[in-house]
Amino acid sequence: MTSQTTQTEPIILEMRSITKEFPGVKALANVNLRVKAGEIHAICGENGAGKSTLMKVLSGVYPYGSYDGEIVYQGEVQQFKDIRASEHAGIVIIHQELALIPELSIMENIFLGNEPTKRGIIDWSEARLRSLDLLARVGLREDPDTPVKEIGVGKQQLVEIAKALNKSVKILILDEPTAALNESDSQHLLDLMLGLKAKGITSIIISHKLNEIEQIADSITIIRDGKSIETLNVKADGVDEDRIIKGMVGRTLESRFPDHTPKIGEVFFEVKDWTVGHPNVQDRLVCKNSSFFVRRGEIVGFAGLMGAGRTELARSVFGRSYGRFIDGHIYKDGKEVTLKSVRQAIDAGLGYVTEDRKSLGLNLLDDIKTTTVAANLRKISRHSVVDPNQEFTVAEQYRKSLRTKTPSVEEGVAKLSGGNQQKVVLAKWMFTDPDLLILDEPTRGIDVGAKYEIYGIIQQLANQGKGVIVISSELPELLGLSDRIYTIFEGTVTGVLDKDEASQENLMKLMTSNPNRKAA
Amino acid sequence: MNALKKLFGGNTRQFGMIFALVALIIFFQVATEGRTLTPGNVINLFNGNSYILILAIGMVLVIIAGHIDLSVGSVAAFVGVTVALAIRDWGIPWWAGVLLGLALGAVIGAWQGWWTAYVGIPAFIVTLAGMLLFRGFNQFVGKSNTIPVPNDFQYLGSGYLPEVGPNTGFNNLTLLLGIAAAAFVVWGELRTRSRAKALGAEVPETWVTILKLVLVCGAILYATYLFATGRPGTSFPIPGLILAVLVLLYGFISSRTILGRHVYAVGGNRHAAELSGVQSKKVNFLVMMNMSILAGLAGMIFVGRSTASGPFDGVGWELDAIAAVFIGGAAVTGGVGTVVGSIIGGLVMAVLNNGLQLLGVGADLTQIIKGLVLLIAVAFDVYNKSQGKKSIIGLLTRNMGRSGGGPSSPIQPDETTSTKEAIAREA
Repeated sequence: MTSQTTQTEPIILEMRSITKEFPGVKALANVNLRVKAGEIHAICGENGAGKSTLMKVLSGVYPYGSYDGEIVYQGEVQQFKDIRASEHAGIVIIHQELALIPELSIMENIFLGNEPTKRGIIDWSEARLRSLDLLARVGLREDPDTPVKEIGVGKQQLVEIAKALNKSVKILILDEPTAALNESDSQHLLDLMLGLKAKGITSIIISHKLNEIEQIADSITIIRDGKSIETLNVKADGVDEDRIIKGMVGRTLESRFPDHTPKIGEVFFEVKDWTVGHPNVQDRLVCKNSSFFVRRGEIVGFAGLMGAGRTELARSVFGRSYGRFIDGHIYKDGKEVTLKSVRQAIDAGLGYVTEDRKSLGLNLLDDIKTTTVAANLRKISRHSVVDPNQEFTVAEQYRKSLRTKTPSVEEGVAKLSGGNQQKVVLAKWMFTDPDLLILDEPTRGIDVGAKYEIYGIIQQLANQGKGVIVISSELPELLGLSDRIYTIFEGTVTGVLDKDEASQENLMKLMTSNPNRKAA
Repeated sequence: MNALKKLFGGNTRQFGMIFALVALIIFFQVATEGRTLTPGNVINLFNGNSYILILAIGMVLVIIAGHIDLSVGSVAAFVGVTVALAIRDWGIPWWAGVLLGLALGAVIGAWQGWWTAYVGIPAFIVTLAGMLLFRGFNQFVGKSNTIPVPNDFQYLGSGYLPEVGPNTGFNNLTLLLGIAAAAFVVWGELRTRSRAKALGAEVPETWVTILKLVLVCGAILYATYLFATGRPGTSFPIPGLILAVLVLLYGFISSRTILGRHVYAVGGNRHAAELSGVQSKKVNFLVMMNMSILAGLAGMIFVGRSTASGPFDGVGWELDAIAAVFIGGAAVTGGVGTVVGSIIGGLVMAVLNNGLQLLGVGADLTQIIKGLVLLIAVAFDVYNKSQGKKSIIGLLTRNMGRSGGGPSSPIQPDETTSTKEAIAREA
């Protein structure tokens, strides 16, 4: 198939001015998407731009009626009320987290919910024949009776695609299909997508890996802040990575940060050659030879796309609370330290505010004062008996100094808004008096006003001579806050930029490729 | 209603249970024409349920930490028979027997705690196995025989505070104990109040405190009167004394010590607790171990009360203890529950049992009623949670035609934040 014929192909799918609102937030605003039959169409955008939401609208996860705008598919307006309806029409979505059942065999997974039957009884011989054929089409050489848990993630992805092909798919949507794959598996998957294209199957791919998109996509639609910005024709427009990045980040930096003059001291915390394995998957590394350092009074940014290994790096340094430690050294104040547990890390002067406030950061059953002292009970205890008066006093101090909006510190944390919850979590870690505080997505789900206050708190901590690491998906936030920014890609620190030399473009470049491996 | 709520502080759920308990007692007092609140019956009620209430103390900690223990009946029986045999065959004194029993409970608890905390097998499975295992041990060691214990050991399960001092017509020690308890309550309440005031925290109005103290002390002194005026030779029972000490001790541990905080933290959100430096494995181990120690104690008290150890001691105790904990407001998902609440929950069941017996209701109907009470109590809890954690009292006031109460600070979940976060996670 040549590029000329592709251009004359009819439009198979058109999403017209899709608007999707959640209470208080407009996730999508008048998004348009036109996909030609038989092409590979990429959707690019920063974390939170609305890519996944758009695909959920398309696949019926958000049913017709819960959004505005219309979906025209094969010339007809569609009103999918659930995933089954969209799948029935031939639109199949493969999510980032695979929807396979590990205990079942490849064959059982392929036919799950779609079992071939003869008089109401599953016809396994028919299923076997068809699964052999499907596995051949996706290039997976495995016995269909192998349990899915025994094959690697790359092969599992192929099983998902085989499952989709079985449903006579016309549009295959892949959400970050290579995020969890190694390079050879990724390449195999990309080749398979080109093969499917040759057979006339249309694909929509969401990926942060721009080199892959450049390699296989025919068109690219860029989404930013819930709006569709532009659609690029890869061959005709001569699109390269830089062009895509420009579209993705092209927003102006607002001055949303309190004034701050850094007072940076000497290096006091350093991590060298940090290598950590995935907690469940053998041989998969989440951090590879990462090294970084923090100076006193410095705010250090960690930039990286979702799944790049930022959180994994931070948590594994914080008392090995994630993954399998393989190798690496931590130096604090010039001396090597071994932090095998969270307790040791806290005692050594580290603090870590999690990305996922509700499921990892807070006990939602607790009240504010209990939460505030939770990481440093010893300080308000004598002979391991907690002094409730001190507890109250401490919580009250932080309530005042951080201006937490609550009627009293006896209030449950579940009742607070996101910004105030985050202040309580910050109070909890400030009370441990850390030398280095790691903040993972400290402003996620927080409104602008509260963000400003949180930035102020972070700067205050730095002014006290503490080191602060801020992990964030929002580049403007990192640029506005950090004195220095490390970029992380596929578990490796790929570069470090000073505040003055960093820009969204050069950060994004380092976040989507490893310059040290450019030769490969 | 607001006034009532103020009386018992913010913990409306616990108040709901106290309310239910009082209502139940009054109901049976009327229905049995005064036979419920007689000295003999109250003493009997305490004696017959103290071991379940002791189990409930351990069980609530296990359940707060997010586990369950099905083995307590079997463990109690195994410890009971071992101690009975040791006293009979080795001739060790009663106190050595008690120490042996507690040590054996600790060993069993360490075994179960190790499997649960360090191997990572769900406590349900570990203790289901333990239930079979230790029942088997009980019958193996005791050869399925009944083994009597000597008199001084029986004192542990069926003894009373002795008569001392001048003849006042009351049991003097019981009287002293009751007065001391009332004084302690007054002192504690006033101390808390003055401290809170000094810190600038919210304190209830004076009349609320006074009324609360009058009610609580009234209840204590009335109970004292009942216990002190029983038939000659009876007074406040020894198992009740042990129970009271344990309630105070464990109430303190659970609410005021670092270890107690950690139990709640692990049950409420294990990951968050671990990321705050809590050693969750150690906490789980200790909680399971503690349960078996208390089960051993309960087993010994039961053996003392029934004068002998038998092969079917403790059958079904785990269910009574678990029921008490859940009626007392603990959550199946962990992180919620109080020692005092569980005791109240256990007393609700005990009063129900006792009252129905006095009314001559058969065992069949009693079980049906108890089953329904458990179901309804927990259903209330689940319903309240789905309604944004309205308390039982909140529910009662709503049905009372809005005459009293008014909106009691309804909880508003943070809609915008949660959706924003949901989107952030999806995208």
